[in-house]
Amino acid sequence: MDNLDFKDLSSETRQFTGRALLFWFILILLVLGLAARMFYLQLMQHDRFAAMANNNRIMLQPIPPNRGLIYDANGVLLAKNTASRSLNLTPERIEDLDQTIESLRKIVEVSDNDVERYSKLRTQSRRPYESLPLRLNLSEKEIAQIAVNSYRLPGVSVEAQLVRHYPLAELTAHVLGYVSRINEKELKRINPAQYRGTQNIGKLGIEKFYEHQLLGRAGYQKVEINARGRVLRVLESSPPSPGADITLYLDSRLQKVAEGALGDRRGAIVAIDPETGGILAMVSTPSFDTNLFVTGIDNKTYGALRDSPDLPLFNRALRGQYPPGSTMKPFVALAALNTGNTNWQHTIHDPGWYQLTKNGRFYRDWKKYGHGKVDLKTAIVQSCDTFFYEIAHHMEIDDLHDFLVQFGFGSSTALDIAESLNGILPSRKWKKKSLRESWYTGDSLNVGIGQGYMLATPLQLAIATAVLANRGKWVQPRLMKSVLSHTDQQDQVNSRSNPLVLGDVAVNNVEHWSKMIDAMESVVHGKRGTAKGISKGLTYRIAGKTGTAQVIGIKQDEEYDADLVAERNQDHGLFVAFAPVDKPKIAIAVIVENGGGGSTSAAPVARKVMDAYLLQSNTELAFNE
Amino acid sequence: MNNSRDFVRNLPHASHGFQSKRGFWARIHIDWQLLLLLIILCSVGLTVLFSASNQDMATVYRQLTRFGVAFGVMLVFAQISPHHYRRWSPWLFGLGVMFLIAVLVMGVGAKGAQRWLELPGLPRFQPSEIMKLALPMALAWYYADHRLPPRSRHIFYGLFFILLPTLLIAKQPDLGTSLLIAASGFFVLLFAGIQWRLIFGFGAVSAASVPLLWTFLKDYQKQRILTFLDPERDPLGAGWNIIQSKTAIGSGGLYGKGWLAGTQSHLDFLPESHTDFIIAVFAEEFGFIGVLLLLGLYLLIVSRALYIATQADDTFGRLLAGSITLTFFFYIFVNIGMVSGILPVVGLPLPLISYGGTSILTLFAGFGLLMSIQTHKKLLPR
Repeated sequence: MDNLDFKDLSSETRQFTGRALLFWFILILLVLGLAARMFYLQLMQHDRFAAMANNNRIMLQPIPPNRGLIYDANGVLLAKNTASRSLNLTPERIEDLDQTIESLRKIVEVSDNDVERYSKLRTQSRRPYESLPLRLNLSEKEIAQIAVNSYRLPGVSVEAQLVRHYPLAELTAHVLGYVSRINEKELKRINPAQYRGTQNIGKLGIEKFYEHQLLGRAGYQKVEINARGRVLRVLESSPPSPGADITLYLDSRLQKVAEGALGDRRGAIVAIDPETGGILAMVSTPSFDTNLFVTGIDNKTYGALRDSPDLPLFNRALRGQYPPGSTMKPFVALAALNTGNTNWQHTIHDPGWYQLTKNGRFYRDWKKYGHGKVDLKTAIVQSCDTFFYEIAHHMEIDDLHDFLVQFGFGSSTALDIAESLNGILPSRKWKKKSLRESWYTGDSLNVGIGQGYMLATPLQLAIATAVLANRGKWVQPRLMKSVLSHTDQQDQVNSRSNPLVLGDVAVNNVEHWSKMIDAMESVVHGKRGTAKGISKGLTYRIAGKTGTAQVIGIKQDEEYDADLVAERNQDHGLFVAFAPVDKPKIAIAVIVENGGGGSTSAAPVARKVMDAYLLQSNTELAFNE
Repeated sequence: MNNSRDFVRNLPHASHGFQSKRGFWARIHIDWQLLLLLIILCSVGLTVLFSASNQDMATVYRQLTRFGVAFGVMLVFAQISPHHYRRWSPWLFGLGVMFLIAVLVMGVGAKGAQRWLELPGLPRFQPSEIMKLALPMALAWYYADHRLPPRSRHIFYGLFFILLPTLLIAKQPDLGTSLLIAASGFFVLLFAGIQWRLIFGFGAVSAASVPLLWTFLKDYQKQRILTFLDPERDPLGAGWNIIQSKTAIGSGGLYGKGWLAGTQSHLDFLPESHTDFIIAVFAEEFGFIGVLLLLGLYLLIVSRALYIATQADDTFGRLLAGSITLTFFFYIFVNIGMVSGILPVVGLPLPLISYGGTSILTLFAGFGLLMSIQTHKKLLPR
């Protein structure tokens, strides 16, 4: 039994003391072991861990530069940056995104649209730990609500950013274009260092063309963050340099007048200063609000814009390729004069039609019974088709082509417009290549009156008119007047990779210019001029040419709306002009889609724009003196 | 009880005349050296806690309140003669085992572990805390009645004593506490004079049974061990804690970043910074020098406690005091070892520095027992 065991108390005490002493030594050894471990971590590995601790807390944050501003010729702000605060979520820092969004919805208004847009953003490629906006334009109250709840919403932040804003919205849409979120294709193209902190890129128009100048250079700041990514303080920073400010030749006042003159009709106006080539106005109606695209347009609104039969997204001024109709006649005539196919004295008798052969097809004049005895000037003033059928009949199409090329037809010549289309300036080669057909004389006849294969954009017509106003002196059309860089470094102004620079138009007799201009002046001011309707009350002289472009028939199966189709079947009205005649300050091309004849639809529009430009700027000049 | 056996020590008035000549501290049953060291340690603890809790005074006050209550418990425990403890030991152990079984049946808890017991009329408590003292007391009681060094039969019974609560607690599951309790029991065996060959043999058997044990571990426990072996395998998940704590410690350097200036904890990179991982905050802010001073302080406390054990005048007191001392050290070593990455992460606090409830109470109760053993001497001092 245990109880009978003899307990040797002194030996037990000795043994215990011995063991206690032994354990004490072991404890000291273990403490030394811990100290050695700490020595290793704190002294030997100190540098490494100190760097790791700094990497933990210090983050290099890009500061996006302010995008350059865009002004019109009078200093009116066309594109600016407005402060906006958005609710941003960083997916990497959020465990349960759906739940976070749910709890946010109890605090601020988040629509299904926002959520949809957000999940779309998430699927796009982006930089790691980049926060994405869920809601934009937070109100002060909403910001406060989020701030109060921020402790339980890791990964949620309110971020201030500058949002591009176009104060004139629709009015400048087709000139400026817009900026919008960088897409995947662009992400591959851009230099990521330049776009650190910038989410948007110019998509169209000036915003796209001068992206490099407008962007500016990103700055950086070293910030201390906590484990939830919240910025606690700024340690050091290097400021960004803002993008260059751009001033355009565009006159927003004139732009407004031009838009108003078109009203709710579809059409386009391009006005150019013949002296500089600066584009004073460029309107395409209807237009759209570019501000919608900056923050991400929702599918419904976008669908409505895209599917509208009026094509508001379509830039008619640059990409609308129309048969120029009779507005081509001055240019065709100059070509014929230059090649000797006609002269100012030559007259024909116009019975109201033209035939290539005796029993051939009738090429009809717009005037049923003809203009009677017609010379070149009359043919311009009254827009006689028969005269031009004859010219075109006897003229080699390639000669016509080669002459008209000098006015910019068939190519894009504007210095800083990338989206413009080339139209069609037909030639034998062109027909062979595109249609795999030989050239027929009948084709020439149609081209002679600006129909058939011939297509031109309003921009091209305005350019050609400006060259005509300059009596052949070529000026390169452009939107940008000057660029104001905020950095010391000289930004090189980029231009299109292969800008087509044309030479002056050479004619064998300079008198052709004045005579042609005289004829065009009579179009407006002459008794029998096709545009005499706009001459009433004119205090300055306009030289112009009307045109009417036939609309190619609409297919049978599309005739679902009789009224609409009837309206859309009407001719396009065109008018090109410049003024004042003796010292041209403005050259203009107007097209009113389905507006009927150019003299009644387009010419009054041009008059309004010219009045606004010439008369009001005169008063302004007087005021300045 | 066994008064007749230990007759010399139980002479009713043997120390009576001497008592009046004993010092003030002995009369109020306080070991002032231990008390002083504990007060210093608690002050250090509150200072670090203030920083680790991001200067939250409320947290510091709560901890201070716990310290206050715990000091009270210690003083009360110190007043009771070891004699009584010895008598209560088997009953306390039985009660503890019953509570542990009750936890498995009707316990409450979180994260898939049942550790708490809610009994009507009692505050919520962890029965495993009772066992931290009840097991060494029961073992000390058992071996005090037998010839030492113990025979293999008694060792076998002792192991049974240890295994019962250890397995019950491991079942909750609470790996850290079950290890701690097993250790506290094993420390009694060590002090009782168990042969070295048995110790090493036992160690070898334990090592061999690791693979077997592996299959019994819960997923999160396996995860912890795997993470310990290679924190980088999951740097943002399970490995995060240990990487961040090593970063905190290492970035502290020789002198530390200064009180309240540790970036790792103040910027929330260090998880559990005011509980289990508080030593990382301390090391980051006070550097290697601070760590050495803290380790020195701990060593002083352990040394004093070990001294008390050697001065105890019966086997029960000796074994109990020895076990309490080594268990206290076990806390320190495992906690610092785990935070500095040389031991796997088991949920053990750093005694009297970490923020936490019941463990503080148990620790001070243990110190109360030590003071009781030290100050209730029946014989004249040697």
